[in-house]
Amino acid sequence: MFKKDLPTAPKQKLKSSVQRSLRNSLLATYPLLTPYIDEIMPKKGSLESMKLPDRNTLYVLDSVPLFYQQDGSDLLPHLKLVHRFPQAFPSIRIDRGAIRFVLSGATLMAPGLTSKGGRLPVDGAKPLEEGKEMEQGIVEDGRWSRELAKGEPVVIMAEGKEEACAVGILVAGTDEVKAKGKGPVVEDAHFLGDGLWYLNA
Amino acid sequence: MADTEQPEAPVELQSRNVIYCGVCTLPPEYCEYGGTVKKCQEWLEKHQPAMYERIWSPEALEAAASSLSIDAQKRAAKDAQKKAAKAEAAEQKQATKLATSVVTIKRIERNKKKFVTAVIGLEAFGLDLKKVAKDFGKKFATGSSVTKLPSGGEEIVVQGDVSDELEEFILEKYKDVPEDNIELVDDKKKK
Repeated sequence: MFKKDLPTAPKQKLKSSVQRSLRNSLLATYPLLTPYIDEIMPKKGSLESMKLPDRNTLYVLDSVPLFYQQDGSDLLPHLKLVHRFPQAFPSIRIDRGAIRFVLSGATLMAPGLTSKGGRLPVDGAKPLEEGKEMEQGIVEDGRWSRELAKGEPVVIMAEGKEEACAVGILVAGTDEVKAKGKGPVVEDAHFLGDGLWYLNA
Repeated sequence: MADTEQPEAPVELQSRNVIYCGVCTLPPEYCEYGGTVKKCQEWLEKHQPAMYERIWSPEALEAAASSLSIDAQKRAAKDAQKKAAKAEAAEQKQATKLATSVVTIKRIERNKKKFVTAVIGLEAFGLDLKKVAKDFGKKFATGSSVTKLPSGGEEIVVQGDVSDELEEFILEKYKDVPEDNIELVDDKKKK
């Protein structure tokens, strides 16, 4: 999404009511962030928003980018935030061969996940159940404990690396990826070294 | 008596502090994809020797290589080479651009005895025109603004004839700008 370098736009301070609703929608999307929310968004902090090309909005707190959002869709974390709280976001892992393609902005394809080095959620895992949002996490070997559905935001880790390398929205559910084993999985991701990464907020 | 039993408030900083490479700004383990691998390695060795040891030790590299097929390795190596060459070319281009771009300071006659001074071309040196204009205004205690040129691009217009002082000020404050690249022009009103 941000393959090109982004121009820095003026920042706007957000009203506290907007901040509050943002906080709520953040927790709704990422229930696992609940313990950390005060650290991410202190109640007193003044959140700012920055308009980016393609109707994207970036939320910035004290010059630290936190989240971005395209046109009313789910909030997606900036990678620097993911690096700070890696355990709070659902993740999948790609094999080593796929890293360099993802880091040059390619669409993530299923074989990068189904191969030996890739990690999809545990086999036979259940989809998200109502009221059990807090009972998810990485179980064994980098596998998430539940199936992720189409349209969910996901963090992409990489084989042999500790830090996440991309963030995006699934265009295919993880169960579907397992069954089919081909086709695109994450399109238009925010990856290490893209325009958003280098943006000076 | 001071209450010593008071439990200390647990100041738990829960976020991880991630180290980023000082050269390419990626997490060091991803430096190999950045295109400036050599420089990144040097930086890491100097600033984070422990991490350098972990990422670039022969054993680690071997483990990394063994997980890829030989074919894929070759392709990756070729890719990395291409990227490095690209980064280098871009750097060189930037350098030549810096060396050839000229800053023009123009004294424009407004009204017989009144002048304004226009500065064109500062943006080539990676300066933020708005901020620079503010600095000029502060220095000379005059109005100073960024105006769009009809030919595209932007210039800084400072009120009053300050062309000589302006040249000195630029040289002193923005060391990136070489003296030979500053040009003074006098723009008289025709007729």
